[in-house]
Amino acid sequence: MTAAAPTLSHLDWLEAEAIHILREVAGQCANPVLLFSGGKDSLVLLRLAEKAFRPGRFPFPLLHIDTGHNYEEVTAFRDRRAAELGERLIVRSLEDSIRQGRIALKSPMEARNRHQSVTLLDAIAEFGFDACIGGARRDEEKARAKERIFSFRDAFGQWDPKNQRPELWDLYNARIDAGENIRAFPISNWTELDIWQYIEREGLALPSIYFAHEREVAVRKDGALVPVTPLTPAKPGDDVQRLSVRFRTVGDITCTAPVRSTARTVAEILLETATTELTERGATRLDDQTSEASMEQRKKEGYF
Amino acid sequence: MATATLASGPDTRADLGVLRFLTCGSVDDGKSTLIGRLLYDSKAILADALQAIERTSRKRGHAEVDLSLLTDGLQAEREQGITIDVAYRYFSTGQRSFIIADAPGHEQYTRNMVTAASTADLALILVDARKGVLTQTRRHLTLAHLVGIRHLVVVVNKMDLVGYDQAVFERIRAEVLAFAGELGAEDLVFLPLSALAGDLVVERGGNLPWYGGPTLVELLESAALEDGREELPFRLSVQWVIRPHQDFRGYAGRVAAGRVKVGDALTVLPSDRRSRVKAIHLGGARLDEAVAGQSVILELEDDLDISRGDLLADAGRPPLPARSLDADLCWLSEAPSRPGGRYLLRHGSRETRAILHGTAHRLDLDSLQREPETRLAMNDIAQLSLTLQQPLSVDPYREIRATGAFILVDETTHATVAAGFIRGAE
Ligand SMILES: Nc1nc2c(ncn2[C@@H]2O[C@H](COP(=O)(O)OP(=O)(O)O)[C@@H](O)[C@H]2O)c(=O)[nH]1
Repeated sequence: MTAAAPTLSHLDWLEAEAIHILREVAGQCANPVLLFSGGKDSLVLLRLAEKAFRPGRFPFPLLHIDTGHNYEEVTAFRDRRAAELGERLIVRSLEDSIRQGRIALKSPMEARNRHQSVTLLDAIAEFGFDACIGGARRDEEKARAKERIFSFRDAFGQWDPKNQRPELWDLYNARIDAGENIRAFPISNWTELDIWQYIEREGLALPSIYFAHEREVAVRKDGALVPVTPLTPAKPGDDVQRLSVRFRTVGDITCTAPVRSTARTVAEILLETATTELTERGATRLDDQTSEASMEQRKKEGYF
Repeated sequence: MATATLASGPDTRADLGVLRFLTCGSVDDGKSTLIGRLLYDSKAILADALQAIERTSRKRGHAEVDLSLLTDGLQAEREQGITIDVAYRYFSTGQRSFIIADAPGHEQYTRNMVTAASTADLALILVDARKGVLTQTRRHLTLAHLVGIRHLVVVVNKMDLVGYDQAVFERIRAEVLAFAGELGAEDLVFLPLSALAGDLVVERGGNLPWYGGPTLVELLESAALEDGREELPFRLSVQWVIRPHQDFRGYAGRVAAGRVKVGDALTVLPSDRRSRVKAIHLGGARLDEAVAGQSVILELEDDLDISRGDLLADAGRPPLPARSLDADLCWLSEAPSRPGGRYLLRHGSRETRAILHGTAHRLDLDSLQREPETRLAMNDIAQLSLTLQQPLSVDPYREIRATGAFILVDETTHATVAAGFIRGAE
């Protein structure tokens, strides 16, 4: 029994599901916002939003929580993309939260990912957002594998994995009380390979640091690469080399590591991705490795 | 390590879409091992994930890598050594992408399995070859049948522990078929395998030469998907109206059943106004036709007053108008139902209030008998009627899943308290 090729390819199916989710957020929530960092997953979200709402406007603004630790190429790209789309981009920065004393850093160079929740929750309160659309995927990490597509957060922004709403068929429940929040994840069911295949199919432009380029990196004993930047200068004794690398995720400079690569096009990245031996977070997020459960811990604190 | 032959690599063979399936089994039937095996053999388990598991396996004193550790999810559950909710896993064979819903078994089993099953095209029902058909097996079959999963595959696991004996397999098959007959479930497929040794999962192995059917992965790759070919009548719930200017009014939604072509006659429900399809849009392109599963924008020839919550349907084969519903409910919430209680009912993109009515007839999953019941507790499945504040347009769940399903939401706690399967309407 061989199946006839279905009308929808796997990318068509994932796209259709994501569009449906975006439209449900728009239909059920009064004041949603789409989190947009300039990273590849959020760029895919923007394309999906175009397919969901054009020729109309997006029924939500875009929001970036800026850690102040971003690569300039990514920030510039973020602004350009929002301008091209003609949609409103709101930027709220960790620096402001630090200045206001809402975030206390143990050291100025400390990784800022986990502090994003403070600035995000402040922005949610400032604008009264009742739903945040994010580009998280279930294949990224174990704790995410059981998170709902419409994920409920209490008034403290907390996720309670033990008390999630059952999610059946494509009937999503976005009912909340004031102060509570829904996080909606339209690309929950996508894998990293799907993302790259979609970027290729749709011809999406990406920030240049996703592609192979020469960069000074400190090569750690365990093989990890740490980019040498003003925020992360080489330490004495570091084995600093100039290597051809690319980033697989773009986030806080202090905790996002590149991988060795010569892939200069999406097609070449696809090949590398398909044959990679490391899962995405394992290879590139230095802060996640501390504990297997660290993501779950951070999510409980309101991290995206 | 050689990386050239990864199954998930770019591939020139036909893209066979996405198949969603769930795995059901009693504790220790080998569900986690089987999922781990699928992920492992399809090379979706990458090196560092494996290393972490290896470390954990060693810490727990296991000699070999325990593949079931791959599907454990949250911290608390890891501490208890069990999984308690629905988790989703992904793998691809290059030809087809798979989403596995893993709903583990114990007290909250019914609720988790119904949730996982609601989006599944296929169910793998595990039976331990040594234990044969258990009460649990019958429950899994009953639930899978109730939720209307299209492909039911009974996997007889641990064949290595019964010497790969064909007689054991045949005995289990006969027993399951007898029960399936009582249920009215048809078209079951049976597959002997060893999740631990890997026989008939991805590789055939040499231990089950008497079995001539497909391996598990061959089965998963070839199962037919719902894509409008079944000639179901067209249904689409309007999610959003796109009106950028005077000359464009588009109705956005996902085709829930059937297919729709430019020129087709549609009825808009509940108003029952008629029009024809003027254009179908997807991402800036115009389509001649859209099929089940696609998210599109429809333009109609006439300017009708259509908003979110309306249902567009084949004018020749419309859904049933409903003021009250006869339905099976699966109760999901820890708080029992309130007889005569009022709930929010979500059907497609429409929401209305509903009142639970009369006596519920609770289904005993073991005897398949119905007993009268006033309150539904978590995991109960019962037939009852609901009075609707506003009319809905529905189909029986057995005929069209998407327009035959609904959920109930508690107005105060906002919890999703029940899943509903429509039997009929008045
Ligand atoms: N001999 C044998 N043991 C198996 C097989 N499948 C699973 N097991 C073992 O059965 C036990 C329970 O398996 P597990 O996958 O954790 O079961 P689950 O509770 O259904 O997830 C483990 O010790 C597995 O190693 C099989 O095909 N053959």
